[in-house]
Amino acid sequence: MLSRRCFLKGCGISMLGMGAAPAWLARAAESTAPRKKVLVAIFQRGAVDGLNMVVPFGESSYYQLRPNLAIPAPGTKPDSAVDLNGFFGLHPALAALKPMFDSNALAIIEAAGSPDPTRSHFDAQDYMESGTPGRKATSDGWLNRALSSSNTSTNTNSPVRAVSMGAELARAMRGSNPALAISNLNEFKVRDEVGASTFESMYASTLDKAMQGTGRDTFDAVKMLQTIQKQTYVPANGAKYGFGELARSLQDIARLIKSDVGLEVAFADMGGWDTHVNEIGATPGTGQLANKLKDFSAALAAFYQDMGDRMADVAVVTMSEFGRTAKENGNRGTDHGHANVMFAFGGGIKGGKVYGDWPGLSSHQLYENRDLAVTTDFRDVLGELVTKHLGNPHVASVFPGFNKPKYRGLIS
Amino acid sequence: MVGLTAKTLTAKTSTAKTSTAKTSAAITLAAIASSIAIFAALAGAGPAKLSKSDQTLHALNRLSYGPRPGDVDAVEQLGLKKWIELQLHPERIAENPVLAEKLAPLESLRINQADAARNYPSPQMLRAIAAGREKMPEDPLTRASVQRLMQRFKTKKGAPEDEILDPAVPLETLLTPAQVQSLRTGSVEQKREVLSSVPENKWDELAIAMPAGLRFQVMAAASSELRRKLMLMNAPQQLIAFDLSEGKLYRAIYSNRQLQEQLVDFWFNHFNVFLDKGADRLMVPTYERETIRPFVLGKFRDLLEATAKSPAMLFYLDNWESVAPAAPRSNGKKQGTRGLNENYGRELLELHTLGVDGGYTQKDVTEVARCFTGWTIRQPREGGDFFFNERIHDKGEKTVLGVKIPAGGGKNDAEKVLDILAKHPSTAKFVSKKLAQRFVSDSPPQKLVDKMAKTFRNKHGDIAEVLKTMFNSDEFWAQDTYRAKLKTPLEMIVSAVRATGADVDFAFPLANQIAQLGQPLYRKLEPTGYSNTSSEWLNSAGLLARMNFGLSLAQNRVAGAKVDSAKLEGTPAEVGRRLLFIELTPETLEAIDQAVQKAAAPAPVTNTKTNMNTKKAAPKPQPPNVAGLVLGSPEFQRR
Repeated sequence: MLSRRCFLKGCGISMLGMGAAPAWLARAAESTAPRKKVLVAIFQRGAVDGLNMVVPFGESSYYQLRPNLAIPAPGTKPDSAVDLNGFFGLHPALAALKPMFDSNALAIIEAAGSPDPTRSHFDAQDYMESGTPGRKATSDGWLNRALSSSNTSTNTNSPVRAVSMGAELARAMRGSNPALAISNLNEFKVRDEVGASTFESMYASTLDKAMQGTGRDTFDAVKMLQTIQKQTYVPANGAKYGFGELARSLQDIARLIKSDVGLEVAFADMGGWDTHVNEIGATPGTGQLANKLKDFSAALAAFYQDMGDRMADVAVVTMSEFGRTAKENGNRGTDHGHANVMFAFGGGIKGGKVYGDWPGLSSHQLYENRDLAVTTDFRDVLGELVTKHLGNPHVASVFPGFNKPKYRGLIS
Repeated sequence: MVGLTAKTLTAKTSTAKTSTAKTSAAITLAAIASSIAIFAALAGAGPAKLSKSDQTLHALNRLSYGPRPGDVDAVEQLGLKKWIELQLHPERIAENPVLAEKLAPLESLRINQADAARNYPSPQMLRAIAAGREKMPEDPLTRASVQRLMQRFKTKKGAPEDEILDPAVPLETLLTPAQVQSLRTGSVEQKREVLSSVPENKWDELAIAMPAGLRFQVMAAASSELRRKLMLMNAPQQLIAFDLSEGKLYRAIYSNRQLQEQLVDFWFNHFNVFLDKGADRLMVPTYERETIRPFVLGKFRDLLEATAKSPAMLFYLDNWESVAPAAPRSNGKKQGTRGLNENYGRELLELHTLGVDGGYTQKDVTEVARCFTGWTIRQPREGGDFFFNERIHDKGEKTVLGVKIPAGGGKNDAEKVLDILAKHPSTAKFVSKKLAQRFVSDSPPQKLVDKMAKTFRNKHGDIAEVLKTMFNSDEFWAQDTYRAKLKTPLEMIVSAVRATGADVDFAFPLANQIAQLGQPLYRKLEPTGYSNTSSEWLNSAGLLARMNFGLSLAQNRVAGAKVDSAKLEGTPAEVGRRLLFIELTPETLEAIDQAVQKAAAPAPVTNTKTNMNTKKAAPKPQPPNVAGLVLGSPEFQRR
């Protein structure tokens, strides 16, 4: 990149342009600090049917409420639930996650959700990502705030510290800490080589401070990712991510983590869960929801397998804006409900257990007579991961107004 | 940290430069005014005024979406003062005939929400039609599209799996296999040639006969009329989002009433609604056309009331379903889960009028929400307009910001709230500051804000008068505001199109670019709207997208926008002047010059004696695209 002519002349600008990235790399190399903890948040947009994801087969009301949709109890029929603990079972399309549960990696948090009663996708997603249910004017997201107190000096912060997969920066990731939106790791660059080097020296030498600062961050990130972009990625341990947006996103996140570029928080999402009509196919274990869950579980299981020992530094958590009605509707589907189920694995999370208080599905136990009631605030789960996994003690500033968290003891 | 590093860099850079470079660097520093403190110290007390020639460019950068070739001369010829006066009276400016042409096909921008619901049906609408509750749309193409979608809808209910409407005229009879192949894999010119071979009276059939994937592949090559037909067949409900983006861009690029377009953007953003929240998808064109646009230079009170009564806002901030706690249901039963919804009340105070520190309490929020109960929307079938529903209105006494609103006021309760808010000094200050942030600087001088707020109060919220005060202020013309604003993604892309004189006949790809820069049009989810300050846009992904867009546009790789490359040839200094309308900074010029020289230098001779592995000479670097580099430069990001 540095031309011979320029080098011999001692060309100041280009030298400086070159200087920026190696300086960062040097800092990274010199660092003797332990590896950064990483939190990966996954959003199932559209409100997944949690009652068919993790099936309460021990609950007779479940079968009464869902004569067509209910997943049969384990072993009773083909495509029946995969038993977890004699009361709950996984949807058959989630079978790939069963080994993770059995090896005490996967934790399941039941009846989790937002205290806000809204059944609007728009509002509920907004609240869950801002981390402030009921408050619309919060301009930043919880995942960005989760970073705030850990390190404010950019000198030691990686340019790829916070990454949101997708073209737009996710709501949860917006805020005062620099965060990258990356739709495809291989595309994060100036597309033309001459353009790239020229822009780099241009932004390094500009006297416009704001542009120079952001320019440096940008080219630092580009450089970090360039190394990654040049290598063909082969997932470890024979992991197969499968297809779809979540598979691509998680594979890119795995690449970032394994490249030690300083990633701390990552966000990925997957849509298509709004199953008002034909949630199931010929049998309850097939159809729309089953296909989505297959992609979902394949991606999660592959990520777990691919990360191998690195999983000790990485915690993954899944969420969806609200659950779906306990009772099936007339279109072989379900409508907007309230509480849902969350998954968490990795780091110090003690899996192999279904957490939370099961509120039950009898009519008097249902929220507003129709939905699974919330017994665990989603912030109890996220807050515990922020505090105990990321090590950020200021949970009150990550979830403003949430003053009395009741952690579920996912991490001791 | 940015400041610290910049200082170090500046020092190092200077030592490597000649003394001439140092001097020009110092001048540039003042000129770009990225360091307000330094300049203020140099200039002494009071803002230093811009030179005459800089004033024209400054005005064009602030009141318009950036100068086109010839604009600076045109404004100087007319006289700067007169030009500004005209911009404040858009009705006196003859509109660009090109704009009318570009807007003509965008039908959904001209119809109301009820017609939009009929013509661009949502899944719920399709169900209603299937159930016989709604009539089929009359337009044959829309009807075809609805029928196809309904067939898909019925399919889901267990009918045969056939997802495609059997076209009356199959594709084979319209095009040869070779032509279809060319549409799939050919260049834009080849695709255009194939499409132009189909007579206009066959376009409906062509649009219907094409499979969905093929429609996308030919979209950019199609004429605007054919493109709409393709779009309508693919996803009718997406057409509104498409038309909105195209309309906004065509107006920003081609309108002669530039300040008006800037203000439509400003006020829409101030009273933000989100296109993808359910029914808002249908309501936003009406919202922009009838709620925002007529009032952007009018009285704030009128604008406020228009937004308060607009179905788009009532739906977006949930006021339509806000119900007095004691109100009976239409079926006589007690209220179930519905009740008072404070969302609109809160944002009305915090974001639309007083500002978060404007001196209101949670109690005020609740009281305002009570006043607004009953301000709701009719059923979509009945037109979906605003109406006041007495039955769900809270009839009790309320107190808002210390003013008693007696019981039994009905619809007038909320009107009174709007009066109180529009006249409140906090509103004058809050709105003035926001305008100054948009048009002057990220942290506008308090003196300026006070002056504007005074006009706001004295002239009863007359927006044009407030703007006049701002444009007449010393602060607006101060040296330290010159090029101090970072362009928003919309401004960056539109100003690039205007500066290059690109012809745009398909604006939607530009909207996609704007989204990649971080500002999806009509899709700001939060009621806050986009921030009027630079920090919103200073991030790595956005900056990278700006550089890539600059290169793509100049290399004619953005679909729908055609740049005349011949007009962008010349030395880096010349090209820079043409696009920036001022000189490039020495730093940028040097970076570009180096890239040019590198490409022009003879390829380095490889010494085969010492390097046996080298079989051929190192590839010569490509000549840079100078115009693209200027568009991606730090200085082009400012206005």
